[in-house]
Amino acid sequence: MSAAAASVAPQTAGRSLWADAWTKLKRNRAAMVSAWIIGAMAVFVVVGPYFSRYTFDFTDFASTSIGPSWSTGHFFGTDTLGRDLFVRTLYGGRISLMVGIVATAVSLLIGVTYGAVAGYFGGRVDNVMMRIVDILYALPFMFFVILLMVFFGRNIVLIFVAIGAINWLDMARIVRGQTLSLKHREFVEAAQAQGVGAAAIIRRHIVPNLLGIVAVYVTLTIPQVILVESFLSFLGLGVQEPMTSWGALVNDGSREIESAQWMLIFPAAFLATTLFCFNFLGDGLRDALDPKDR
Amino acid sequence: MFSYTVRRLLGAIPTLLILIGLAFVLIRAAPGGPFDTERSLQPEIEANLSAAYHLDEPLYQQFGRYLWGLLRFDFGPSFQYRDYTVTELIAAGFPVSLTLGACALVVALLVGVTAGSVAALRQNSFVDHGVMAVSMTGISIPNFVMAPLLVLVFAVYLRWLPAGGLGEGNLVLPVIALALPQIAYLSRLTRGSMIEVLRSNFVRTARAQGLPTWQVVVKHAMKPALLPVVSYLGPATAHIITGSVVIEQIFGRPGLGRYFVTGALNRDYTLVMGIVVFYGVLIILFNFLVDLAYAWLDPKVRYR
Repeated sequence: MSAAAASVAPQTAGRSLWADAWTKLKRNRAAMVSAWIIGAMAVFVVVGPYFSRYTFDFTDFASTSIGPSWSTGHFFGTDTLGRDLFVRTLYGGRISLMVGIVATAVSLLIGVTYGAVAGYFGGRVDNVMMRIVDILYALPFMFFVILLMVFFGRNIVLIFVAIGAINWLDMARIVRGQTLSLKHREFVEAAQAQGVGAAAIIRRHIVPNLLGIVAVYVTLTIPQVILVESFLSFLGLGVQEPMTSWGALVNDGSREIESAQWMLIFPAAFLATTLFCFNFLGDGLRDALDPKDR
Repeated sequence: MFSYTVRRLLGAIPTLLILIGLAFVLIRAAPGGPFDTERSLQPEIEANLSAAYHLDEPLYQQFGRYLWGLLRFDFGPSFQYRDYTVTELIAAGFPVSLTLGACALVVALLVGVTAGSVAALRQNSFVDHGVMAVSMTGISIPNFVMAPLLVLVFAVYLRWLPAGGLGEGNLVLPVIALALPQIAYLSRLTRGSMIEVLRSNFVRTARAQGLPTWQVVVKHAMKPALLPVVSYLGPATAHIITGSVVIEQIFGRPGLGRYFVTGALNRDYTLVMGIVVFYGVLIILFNFLVDLAYAWLDPKVRYR
């Protein structure tokens, strides 16, 4: 209702793709609320721990598994070792969000380069490169990541790279498809006619025009990546104690389900909310930016 | 159709070889051996053990030996469970995983397709928004979060269903937890394609001829609308197999997923590799069947 009313805007000046998308996105209330929640969450996990008098690894055997309460300062209660769950949930959030950003950046780098190269050169190069992607698609990657984690230790850099490296396939496919349609456009032909090299054309003319679709998939990749990390942490293969992440906390909580439900509920709620908001924002961005709708 | 089948079948071979090769290299590259225990073994004993398991041969020879074994369904001996071969362990764990996975896939298909079709028929209605909101929740809540929450509600608070084990009725919660994310995806997918199909000319014709809605949907719209669902079945199977690793862990079901995790933690090379290869082959085989089904449903694909 309000969306329909807002769309009646004067259309005198030409609007750029981005301005257009921004207007569309602002009208999507679910996506905007999600964006705000994600922002608030990011600030909260960074600033929040300073408001507690406990540290994330402080164990207090005098107060194990006590419920949430304001008076003790344990806002979310404590775990079986007496560690404060409020601080631990926020620390877990830092890890999860960081994994989301860094691993997505890794997958972005690989996916866009791979897809743009395959699409731009076309022909046999494209055939071979996409055939490789098809083959990789058929592999049960989660099992390989688990193997990597088990055999090469649980350091955080490896988690970033491993998760990023398995999530670039979708990105590569989408980028390739877009590049195929971009490379016959006039501005690319003009650059070719002037003798600009392939690498420069990809960097200067192809990639900037992919940003819209890439933005959509970045937003949708972040929750997937966070999910993979928490999956690993849940199995006890992610970050190492006493550091924690949402997946690890959910795992701890699921073991104490009969006695200390808060240990499950708080981290689960944080994790689910974050994933929910990223998915909604991604959907909103897709509606706003996807060229299919134009 | 025959040449298409042969082509797809041949196309699966490199995928298989890469799968086995990757698993092989990864496991051999790992630091630490399968016989690393708390106390160190005497070098002679260790050498004998290595010789008994052919670990002293050059890598390509080990790889060849493994491939030759695979052709005869022989995954080699387990390094940890000394009295069993990997084939026996897989044969013990797979039925448990298969029951769980197959139930989850069937439930996901039935519920997801029905919900998606209903939402498409009542586009932008209360029902539609409801289905889509539930589906968004299903996508956003991972199954390892959903599973303990289900246990909390149905086993701890309401005491309707058991929280784990292998008895009667114990399949309900694990199947739901495993199926929910797939229900969510499938309902979104079905809704999208169904909306598109319902706008097409042949559906309008069928309606104009006065057919009742259910007949239009079931007899005419369903088949084309299910094409994207069919092609999603491959990834769905992969997701369910991956998900079953945690679900089996949570509900204490002795399936392949649990063998995999314990095997990985114990560096049981052959067991872990056997399971990766077994599941990989299963996924590739399933993708092949899905491709065939797709080609059969959509003639456009067959002759390309």
